[in-house]
Amino acid sequence: MQDSAGTPIIRVEGLGKTYADGFEALKNINLDVYSGEIFALLGPNGAGKTTLINIICGITRPSGGRITVDGRDIIRDFRHTRSMIGLVPQELSTDMFESVWSTVSFSRGLFGRPADPQHIEKILRSLSLWNKKDSKIMTLSGGMKRRVLIAKALAHEPRILFLDEPTAGVDVELRKDMWQIVRDLRESGVTIILTTHYIEEAEMIADRIGVINHGEIIRVQEKHELMQELGRKQLVVHLHAPLARVPDSLESYALELADNGTRLVYTYETRAERTGITALLQQISDAGIRFHDIETSESSLEEIFVGLVKQVVPPASAVARGEVR
Amino acid sequence: MNLNFYAIASIYRFEMARMRRTLFQSIATPVISTSLYFIVFGAAIGSRIAEIDGVGYGSFIVPGLIMLMLLTESISNASFGIHMPRFTGTIFEVLSAPISFVEVIAGYVGAAATKSVILGATILMTASLFVDIHIAHPFWMLLFLVLTSVSFSLFGFILGIWADGFEKLQIVPALIITPLAFLGGSFYSISMLPPFWQTVTLFNPVVYLISGFRWSFYDNADVSVALSLSMTCVFLCICLVIIWWIFRTGYKLRT
Ligand SMILES: Nc1ncnc2c1ncn2[C@@H]1O[C@H](COP(=O)(O)OP(=O)(O)O)[C@@H](O)[C@H]1O
Ligand SMILES: [Mg+2]
Repeated sequence: MQDSAGTPIIRVEGLGKTYADGFEALKNINLDVYSGEIFALLGPNGAGKTTLINIICGITRPSGGRITVDGRDIIRDFRHTRSMIGLVPQELSTDMFESVWSTVSFSRGLFGRPADPQHIEKILRSLSLWNKKDSKIMTLSGGMKRRVLIAKALAHEPRILFLDEPTAGVDVELRKDMWQIVRDLRESGVTIILTTHYIEEAEMIADRIGVINHGEIIRVQEKHELMQELGRKQLVVHLHAPLARVPDSLESYALELADNGTRLVYTYETRAERTGITALLQQISDAGIRFHDIETSESSLEEIFVGLVKQVVPPASAVARGEVR
Repeated sequence: MNLNFYAIASIYRFEMARMRRTLFQSIATPVISTSLYFIVFGAAIGSRIAEIDGVGYGSFIVPGLIMLMLLTESISNASFGIHMPRFTGTIFEVLSAPISFVEVIAGYVGAAATKSVILGATILMTASLFVDIHIAHPFWMLLFLVLTSVSFSLFGFILGIWADGFEKLQIVPALIITPLAFLGGSFYSISMLPPFWQTVTLFNPVVYLISGFRWSFYDNADVSVALSLSMTCVFLCICLVIIWWIFRTGYKLRT
């Protein structure tokens, strides 16, 4: 995940943003993103995801703090930092009368790269836009416009790609294509930061996840770590014969009966030192209960997330400092 | 500062392509209005007006007419060019690109000014079908043409950023620029006014543009050529400073 020196490709330090109307959209954000990873910024609507991305990309002005991209300050060295970044915005903002080909070529030039028709062709083909290359953008469907925006963002061969709510209102096919493209890009060394309020999306694609709510980063962690640390697992024991009630000898495990008494469900914390599984299974046989199968299931990020944002949040500064690295 | 020339070329090409799509409108409109002006002012009314400063009335109005068209068209082209991306939201791309206000101006204003110069040439050619045109100082004529096109394209660019809707884009040229151009001596010589109004007129910046431009044709001017040129340059510099300030503070562009 981290490049050899361990230096982040994006480093956000003490970032704050207060909009002109006095609304504090970001509060002391500290965040590192490492070269080559897929980082998901996960948070409900209005959490500040777009604000954070737009500040890094230079569209919105920070109110305080410092951001470096590739070790360079995004304000002082904006030519260097911005040329490394591609952005697929949340809104479907596209030209209308231009052709797909010309709007994508425009983006490449705008970001300082000489014309390269072969590269543009490659992008358009990978996004299934090739047969639409001469179509006016206004004639395309919403999904196609989203593809055009992705093509524009990739036109200058960025090393960092921001995808702001990439799957909002997107059909299944495009969603599949998009994840394929994201994986291919990561393969070629591109760092990807995406925002989403869909947990499954973060869970499926990301290496690390930052949870953001009310303008504060609550937690930044490896996906698996996050799941493990906060996740609960369930052990389901499939019984031979249904039970009417849980035997008293097993009371301390807080077991539940499911499926008309044919299953015993044990919920445990994966981060606990001892899960008690061995002892439980032993006691189940001792109680004369026969079972023919056992399975475990992890709770999804959804549940983790709901748990997280409900938690009383300690000062963001303290949390972020401890968790950022 | 190493400029992003690919970006300038991209924006410039994009804007010129927009003009090509509306080519008929861009050429036909000025040609028709110029012809109308000549029929009404040149032939019908002009035949009853004596020569002004030794120049036939039809010929006399040519520089003023070009200026009138140049001012309004420069403003509307440039303002539309930058307002449209703001309206559709595509401005995000320009704001996130590795470019400064220099590239933005060179691209957008460069393209708008190019259109204006083409427009000026079109009007000049149309006019030459109606009246004799004599250009005493071709170099200065071209210089005034280009400076005016650039200045008012810059002004239009500012307008396009300031305006919150398309109505405002049209109001400013219609309610401010056109009256200033008409009252600034497009169709008469300032010296024909009573002394008091002559003085008042000197506060109209367009007077200097028209006077200088007419001098480059017929070698006579309402105000000194040096003054005309300086006023044009001052206006241009004011616009540049405002745009520099807009990009520095993010006014209406970056929240
Ligand atoms: N230009 C603006 N002026 C004032 N408040 C804004 C502006 N843009 C966004 N906000 C507010 O900032 C908060 C965060 O917005 P945003 O970053 O778009 O959230 P997200 O992308 O996570 O849904 C929201 O409450 C939103 O209303
Ligand atoms: Mg958003």
